Amino acid sequence: MIRDPKDLKRYEPAERANHWVVGISFILLALSGLAFFHPAFFPLTQLFGGPTWARIIHPYLGVLMAVSFIALYFRFAHLNKMTPADKEWLGKVGQMVNGDDHNMPEQGKYNGGQKAMFWAMAICMLLMAVSGLLIWRAWFGFDITLVRLGAVVHAAAGAVMIGLIFVHVYAAIWVKGTIRAMWYGTVTRAWAKQHHRGWYRQMTGK
Amino acid sequence: MALQSLDIKQRSATTTPSPSERQTVEVAKLIDTTRCIGCKACQVACMEWNDVRDEIGSVDGTYNNPTDLTSSSWTVMRFYEKENNSPFDLEWLIRKDGCMHCADPGCLKACPAPGAIVQYANGIVDFHQENCIGCGYCITGCPFNVPRISKKDSKAYKCTLCSDRVAVGMEPACVKTCPTGAIMFGSKEQMTEQAEHRIGELKGRGHGKAGLYDPAGVGGTHVMYVLKDADDPTQIGLPASPTISALVSVWKGFAKPLATLAMAGVALGSLFHYVTKGPNEVSKEIEDEIEKEDAQ
Repeated sequence: MIRDPKDLKRYEPAERANHWVVGISFILLALSGLAFFHPAFFPLTQLFGGPTWARIIHPYLGVLMAVSFIALYFRFAHLNKMTPADKEWLGKVGQMVNGDDHNMPEQGKYNGGQKAMFWAMAICMLLMAVSGLLIWRAWFGFDITLVRLGAVVHAAAGAVMIGLIFVHVYAAIWVKGTIRAMWYGTVTRAWAKQHHRGWYRQMTGK
Repeated sequence: MALQSLDIKQRSATTTPSPSERQTVEVAKLIDTTRCIGCKACQVACMEWNDVRDEIGSVDGTYNNPTDLTSSSWTVMRFYEKENNSPFDLEWLIRKDGCMHCADPGCLKACPAPGAIVQYANGIVDFHQENCIGCGYCITGCPFNVPRISKKDSKAYKCTLCSDRVAVGMEPACVKTCPTGAIMFGSKEQMTEQAEHRIGELKGRGHGKAGLYDPAGVGGTHVMYVLKDADDPTQIGLPASPTISALVSVWKGFAKPLATLAMAGVALGSLFHYVTKGPNEVSKEIEDEIEKEDAQ
């Protein structure tokens, strides 16, 4: 189903599938993790077959997310190297958020904000995975101080990560024509020219 | 509510008050280590009353048997050999280990499962295994390394201070059975007085460092020890000044409500950004340029 053959390909099927494995496991992890984060969210355990099942399943979902994120990391890390233009973009991000993108510098496949998001997510993923193993009592029994540290880091990095994902999802909703890139892989040339002109040139040779 | 006759002071992962209309006397168990002979009758009484049987273990060369608390050994005698100035001046120190029933219980604070850990108005901290999810956070929160997760059912277990017996006006099983009267039970006030009296006696007999172990760092405990050398409780395996770890306090304290508000703030902020600034659409100008290209 190709709507317009001149649409630009932004993501390969394997990249999209990889992204959604991370995405789905993240959503399930956030829901089950929040249940243990604060009593207000405890009823969320019912989505997982009750509180004990939520406790059992959560870490295995964590392993799935960690492994699939590693794959995602190696697919996209080389595209997320910060450049001086990215830093300039980040310096002017206030104007962008305010709804005026006229003064924003030309961006490649990813803008400075997306790159910052990528690295922040990578750091959070690493913290979550390591601290998660420290507090996984079904399999491990680490020194109590490490377990206590792990519990704090896990809760803190989890909260930061949920905040980051809200921003990630909202950005995709806010910038119209974006979400289709992750659903079926393509974007319109107009979208690319508007938001990622450097990438547009590279793809079209114009 | 498992025990209707006991009001509840605190309940894990619960942010509203628990039933607390009635006034209850605060209770305490007093363990006089200077009168303990290490007979382990308390261990046996605990097993019998609570109907728990540990696996047969192996002897590790000491009198410690079982060698540690487990999900079915809720109290164990711990034996310490202390060499003083000469090898012929040996002290054999014995302590009955188990839950201290802290006034400020780290286990309860750390527990994410509503009602899995309760503190009764009389001070007893009790685990309700039917609400336990087996995460082990109670172990993370405990300053005394007491709770144990069962290998059989993945639930956490520990000394209940015989809450079922206390609820009907009886003393805990270990107290009832102790042949030397080293374990006593009553109101916290009475037990503190009793301890003071005994400490006076010990001091009179030349044990100048005798004292009561009722650590203030956890708000005091409902299991207290009379120690011969209260200046150094670590020689019988007790922490000198136990407190709930600062890490646990941060983890379970003010940070979580703040983080919850921050997350809600980001979500609502996004929504209101959308309705105030509008979507970020491709400009008409660029769309026209592309259309022109296509027309050529």
